[in-house]
Amino acid sequence: MTEAILSGLTGLIAGVSALHWSHVVMIAIGGILLYLGIKKDFEPLLLVPIGFGCILVNIPLAGLMEEEGFLRVIYNMGILNELFPLLIFVGIGAMTDFRPVLENPYTFLLGAAGQFGIFITLLIALALGFPYNEAVTIGIIGACDGPTVIYVASKYAKELLGPCSVAAYSYMSLVPLLQPPIMRMLTTQKERETVMKTHQKTVSDTTALLFPVVITVVGGLIAPMGLPLLATIMLGNFMKESGAVSRLTKASENEIANVVTLFLGLAIGGTMNGEVFVKPQTLLILGLGLMAICLDTVFGVLFGKILYYVTGGKVNPLIGAAGISAFPMSARVVQKEGQKWNKKSYLLMHAMGANAGGQVGSVMAAAVMLSVLKAMGVI
Amino acid sequence: MMDKWTFGLTLLVVGMGGTICTLILFSLIMSALKKIFPYKKEEK
Repeated sequence: MTEAILSGLTGLIAGVSALHWSHVVMIAIGGILLYLGIKKDFEPLLLVPIGFGCILVNIPLAGLMEEEGFLRVIYNMGILNELFPLLIFVGIGAMTDFRPVLENPYTFLLGAAGQFGIFITLLIALALGFPYNEAVTIGIIGACDGPTVIYVASKYAKELLGPCSVAAYSYMSLVPLLQPPIMRMLTTQKERETVMKTHQKTVSDTTALLFPVVITVVGGLIAPMGLPLLATIMLGNFMKESGAVSRLTKASENEIANVVTLFLGLAIGGTMNGEVFVKPQTLLILGLGLMAICLDTVFGVLFGKILYYVTGGKVNPLIGAAGISAFPMSARVVQKEGQKWNKKSYLLMHAMGANAGGQVGSVMAAAVMLSVLKAMGVI
Repeated sequence: MMDKWTFGLTLLVVGMGGTICTLILFSLIMSALKKIFPYKKEEK
């Protein structure tokens, strides 16, 4: 009788006995992600489910990521087959207005310059000894785009899904802190005070409607491995511009995006098991991710300076910082910074153009990279 | 399998070059589309 009671009681302390120090660290990290999401408003839609998933998976013996565990079911449903990031991209496309970049197509080039960080970080990751597939996944944090990072990580380095996703979403939230010092460091006061001419409306509804279709076909032919990413964001945008399927557009930006975001966050959190996550390599990945985004800003602003000199001072180099995919946050940072130096300078629409160009640029950079890797036989 | 420097530099040159060229192509296509389908105030 006593033995039966004792063995029953051991069932109640098994969880505590199986607790490893790395689980405790990860539960604390999960708590920090919840704090950042709720109190500091750092991408709460992602960081809250990621943080909660992280806490859940680090409670031992619960089996949530075992074969029949509910986190594993969600993970298999949409991460293993890369479905979730693609569905979110449909919503992002439906929420994005590409007209500012269509008003000034040269802002596509700012979107290209803002992707240098991906490739430079990839080189540094290789130099630090990461294998090819992991270096590619770490470099893609520089795309500054959550679904793109998750898509590439799910395909080529699943073990890095947790740190890369957390890095991407956390640093995107930190763009208002990261970018201004870099912008000031690389520009002179005269450059920062440049006033740009206001847009005249030059984009017809037909052009706005054809844009997503043309980009999908041309971009898909150039970089077929990235077509899922490109096609889904352009599908969302096409539905929005058509105006004919408002129910689908609204569902994509609301119900679908919200449900998938919840599942995605939980599944990513579910990969953050302490025994796998807590190692020096993770800190290195977080550091490289930060560097990737800073390098994107550096090259974007430098390209903005080139445009400033080439146009005889008509382009404010600050808008180069908006050539990353953190849409529309980066554009607002540029507007605020421009206003600090010259109250007459309204950079928002120009920066939105660069920012939208960065959105397309990041998807194309990932698509081109995947196609080149396929051609090289690496994947 | 090529060495990591060849791999990385190839990706940098071809990857970044491919991205820039593709986006230049997009901007040219968009400029052409704007000329073919010009904005008309009556649309509003």
